[in-house]
Amino acid sequence: MLEVSDLTVRYGAEIALDGANLVVADRSIHALMGPSGSGKSTMLRAIAGLEHPDGGDVRWNKTSITDVPTHRRGFGLMFQDYALFPHRTVAGNVAFGLRMQRLDADTVRARVTSVLDLVGLPGYETRSVGTLSGGERQRVALARTLAPRPRLVLLDEPLGALDRSLREHLLIEMHSIFAKVEATVLYVTHDRDEAFTIADQIAIIRDGRIVADDTPEGLWHNPPDVWTANFIGLENLCTLAGLARLGLQPPMTGATAGAVPPEAITLATDGTRSGIVVGSHFRGGAYRVELDVGTDAFLVAWSPIGLEPGAQQRFEIAAGSVRWFAD
Amino acid sequence: MRSRRSLLLIAAIPVAYLTYFYAYPLATILITGLFPDGKLAASSFVDIVTNPVVRSVAWFTLWQAVVSTLLTVLLGIPGAYVFAKYRFPGRSLLRSLTLVPFVLPTLVVGVAFLAVFGPGSPLGFDLRGTVWAILIAHVFYNLSIIIRGVGVFWEQIDPRLEDAARTLGASRIRVFREVTLPLLRPAILSSAALVFLFTFTSFGVILVLGDLQHTTLEVEIWRQATAFLRLDLASALAILQLIGVTAILVMYGRAQKRVSGGLPLRPPGEVARRPASVGEWAVVGATLTMLLLIVITPLAVLIGRSLSTAEGVGLSHYANLIHPTGAFTLFISPIEAIRNSLGFALPAVLISGIIGLLSATIVVSGRGRGGSTFDTMLMLPLGTSAVTIGFGFLVALDQPFDLRSSLLLIPIAHSLVAIPFVVRSTVPVMDAVQNRLREAALVLGASPHRAWREVDLPLVARALAVGSLFAFAISIGEFGATSFIVRPSTTTIPIAIFRLLGRPGTFGEAMAMAVILMAITAVAALGIEAIRGSRTGGV
Repeated sequence: MLEVSDLTVRYGAEIALDGANLVVADRSIHALMGPSGSGKSTMLRAIAGLEHPDGGDVRWNKTSITDVPTHRRGFGLMFQDYALFPHRTVAGNVAFGLRMQRLDADTVRARVTSVLDLVGLPGYETRSVGTLSGGERQRVALARTLAPRPRLVLLDEPLGALDRSLREHLLIEMHSIFAKVEATVLYVTHDRDEAFTIADQIAIIRDGRIVADDTPEGLWHNPPDVWTANFIGLENLCTLAGLARLGLQPPMTGATAGAVPPEAITLATDGTRSGIVVGSHFRGGAYRVELDVGTDAFLVAWSPIGLEPGAQQRFEIAAGSVRWFAD
Repeated sequence: MRSRRSLLLIAAIPVAYLTYFYAYPLATILITGLFPDGKLAASSFVDIVTNPVVRSVAWFTLWQAVVSTLLTVLLGIPGAYVFAKYRFPGRSLLRSLTLVPFVLPTLVVGVAFLAVFGPGSPLGFDLRGTVWAILIAHVFYNLSIIIRGVGVFWEQIDPRLEDAARTLGASRIRVFREVTLPLLRPAILSSAALVFLFTFTSFGVILVLGDLQHTTLEVEIWRQATAFLRLDLASALAILQLIGVTAILVMYGRAQKRVSGGLPLRPPGEVARRPASVGEWAVVGATLTMLLLIVITPLAVLIGRSLSTAEGVGLSHYANLIHPTGAFTLFISPIEAIRNSLGFALPAVLISGIIGLLSATIVVSGRGRGGSTFDTMLMLPLGTSAVTIGFGFLVALDQPFDLRSSLLLIPIAHSLVAIPFVVRSTVPVMDAVQNRLREAALVLGASPHRAWREVDLPLVARALAVGSLFAFAISIGEFGATSFIVRPSTTTIPIAIFRLLGRPGTFGEAMAMAVILMAITAVAALGIEAIRGSRTGGV
């Protein structure tokens, strides 16, 4: 189990990590998500020991490892640009960490073969890394990281450099690989879909602090604040005034905003509320409809049929479906 | 991450070496020049440097360097363009060929142009003693600095920048003027500064091709120190030259800093394509023809004249080298000179390899902590000129230990000239070994020392081999410094050539010896190219 407490890293006057806290449970996949510059890569580097923190502590199974040098931590880190050794073959790259453990040559060879099988690159041993495609490089980097059986796998935007279709494919593959080797994983990304697809738990980092840490479902249904809701892409985030115009009042005092889930909106001719259709786009399976319901209030809803922009449309909002935020 | 303490420890070796063998002799020259009788005599220094003869030497040194540099840039840029932008049959071979002059000893360059323009010129005109012969020889020698320095950078400029300008409505000429040229300017400036440096301190070429009116500070220092034993005058001239060299190096350092200024660079070789139209083929063909003429002519004439004897084409000049006849005898046989040269080259390569690698490590890991200052300091020996180094050895190294009779002194002098080359060839590669790779090794369980051995060393090995071959070529052809400390029994090939040139009736033998020296250095040049060319992967 990894525990990070009050971790602080400064680069000169700039604070990259500002007292961050995080717990990664054994055999879980924990995503760390945040906008660029929020400190997620710094956090990963500090956990790997490549960055010495100015404050706070990193513990593994209750023992502090803050002063343990990188090469004795037994963690694996996969870099965003893979950092494959250009002067070694695929096998040479994958075997590197095993050689550092002074395993005998036969064991190393067998392990390399089995890890390359695991990542779907059987027989790639003698290939030069310069000849690999982007997806193959990603797999080699993953194999190199997993080969020494690290206690903790750290991934820094592992799919960032790939195109979209390949990304989705590899994401699912990685998920099954991690399940197979029962890895404990900390997965840094800025992409919401990636985090929601792969993670058991998602932590959100903002300006060097962890502002939310929950299961994907919990985070989606119960974001702690408007910023997080916005960041994870919650739709129909409205001001109190906008919601009041729709006849929606907060159940508590101190609320500042609320979100209406698109799936809670039913378009119906006998609906009690109405708006003007401003957009209607086919999104495969259904139409995404944008309704203008008054000044600074637009609602997105789903419709089985396309609607004519400019038309008046009546609708209903399921009672009690609005998520309220107070901050 | 290397700790400060171990960094200082690594730094101690090259710093001690350079202090004793470079800074101390240089300081002795300064003292000899400024304190001739133990007290500051600035007036005598001023007297010397305002002397009309010295002024005219300084003036010639300056203007011939300016004109040589301008000519080299003008002729080099088309070459840089063609090699950067086009693929064509024989490209890498031709590119290797352009490197040969730069690796040639300047004395051989001088002799080759003497063969072209000197008495008995096959072209039918005698330019010996005119400034033209000197300027053309300088262009020949330095052309590859521009072709390389500008070309390598040009190759990496993202062509989409030029495409963007085209789509915004700029003509080809405007694109060149407003996009390409400004992007290239730092590379042109820094390469031109190097050419200026080499022509400003030109020695071998001037010694062979110049006369009393066409002499540089470098030649004058040598002449005053060795022929007239005017150590005070030689020191004053050396100080004057050092001031000029320092100014050039500062300019070079500034230009260098801007070369890598945040441009989106493309991997080399990605941009080059085959010429697509008749016009492009014509440009490529014309440029290559010009380059070939400049590079091949002097070398071909040199070889030709070394083979032309009184009885027609033959090897008698070479035979005379092996069995010197009574008509000319050196202090030792030419064969022994070759053996001496190779014997000095080996320790010179070893010393410059070790000191150069340690220095490069400090430059790279000390970035932001004074490493860049150290980098500039390392360039000083390059600019200081070989003659000053040899002169410094002569005036300084008799105490505290009298090393002047030591056999090691010659390879040490050579290593001082070669170290900057080793540093220059290894630093960029070390810089390119991204921290990421080192970190990846650490994360995989390699200790910092192991990471250096497993990642840095193999990646830098090639560059070190290139630097060592440069060091070999430098040592084999070094003349300026050697001439101060050589003894009859330690005569090297260049010294032998110079002696043969100075005697009546051994012109052909001098040519033959120069051809041998050229062949040895050409092999080194081809080795350099072979190693560079076989580079694969991302580094």
